[in-house]
Amino acid sequence: MAQVKNSKLLANPLNLQNPVTVQVLGICSALAVTVQMKPAFVMGLSVTIVTAFSSLIISALRNTIPNRIRIIVQLVVVAALVIIVDQLLKAFLYDVSKQLSVFVGLIITNCILMGRLEAFAMGNKPFPSFIDGIGNGLGYSIILLSIAFVRELLGSGSIWGFKIIPPVFYQLGYENNGLMILPPMAVILIGIIIWIQRSWKKELIEK
Amino acid sequence: MNTEKNSYIFIYSTIMVLVIAAALTVVALQLKPAQENNIRIEKMQNILQSVKIPSTPKDAETIYKEKITETFVINTQGNIVEGKNAFDINLADELKKENDAERLFPVFVCSPNKNDTVKYFIVQLRGKGLWGPIWGYMSFNADLNTVYGCMFDHKGETPGLGAEINTAVFQSQFVGKKIFDENNKFVSIATVKGGTKDDDPHGVDAISGGTITSKGLEAMIYDCLKAYELYLTNNKK
Repeated sequence: MAQVKNSKLLANPLNLQNPVTVQVLGICSALAVTVQMKPAFVMGLSVTIVTAFSSLIISALRNTIPNRIRIIVQLVVVAALVIIVDQLLKAFLYDVSKQLSVFVGLIITNCILMGRLEAFAMGNKPFPSFIDGIGNGLGYSIILLSIAFVRELLGSGSIWGFKIIPPVFYQLGYENNGLMILPPMAVILIGIIIWIQRSWKKELIEK
Repeated sequence: MNTEKNSYIFIYSTIMVLVIAAALTVVALQLKPAQENNIRIEKMQNILQSVKIPSTPKDAETIYKEKITETFVINTQGNIVEGKNAFDINLADELKKENDAERLFPVFVCSPNKNDTVKYFIVQLRGKGLWGPIWGYMSFNADLNTVYGCMFDHKGETPGLGAEINTAVFQSQFVGKKIFDENNKFVSIATVKGGTKDDDPHGVDAISGGTITSKGLEAMIYDCLKAYELYLTNNKK
């Protein structure tokens, strides 16, 4: 396999190889945890940590893993990391962990993870795999945060929990958009992001 | 080395499982105290919320110690049971006991101001919603009849429908409602489909689209307050 520069591994998933908007992976949690910025951030961070370290571990073990049980090995490693992250959140970020509820556990089934482990970590050295994991985690986080930014701003009138739309607006008849709080709006926003990205990067458009 | 031999696969998976099990056990044991403390603080916040005292996870414990001046445990005969810590009563376990008479229920007494004698009595509630458990706390004025405040929460009711029980708008409806009628008969508070009359002292508006959660909430309030009934009747002024 041709050597790809580490900087590329980090930068590609942010744009041209974005896991959410280009590979269309991890959509489920992108809809569920993007009502507010803070849970979206913690979710993005959790996914980044899990993808990075599972890629690192799987890549380090890649020559010892029996081919017939490789998916099981990958899942066990991912599941263990997710449980650790979940336990840490429950201990130190209890309110956020309640908002994220099942979605931290569902990181295990997040397609980005298995996709990166199968496609990259099984065939590359540990360090590039680790970078690839971070890159994909960040690519996922960026999309989550952009969606959460719009949804929280228009749906709750706040950013990161701080009210930023002045009370005067509400007195003048401004209303928060209740639709923004509901999952369908996240689908529409992802659609808009994909649209913008493809208008900007023409090479992404399928023939 | 041949990594495709059956013996290798068995040994590999055994070691992997053991290593990971050990690692997870260590993590779980290390973090348990912090997690249990979070649950304890959340419970304090819930209790304070039912008497309309705002708190954050940071200051909840201090405020709780200051405002909740007395706690005790009662049984369904309305007597105080000595030697039990009200805060440690797990209502879910109590409600599972087959014999009603053995069930224990906590009472928390809140004195919001040091200077006067105003007291609120907080009782704990637990029941079933549509998808899972619902729970809450309800506080009464010293007459042990008029609701002063309440909080409800749920494990996984439908967002926008049943989940509305944990909103301030819904909970504020209960304030000022009465659980005993003019003849001192226990009637509880009902959730009324189609809306309640403004002056109805025993009913609140049910949630549109959240009928089963509303009914579950009504049953929870009735069943749990029924357990407190004798205590409330004997001690009301």
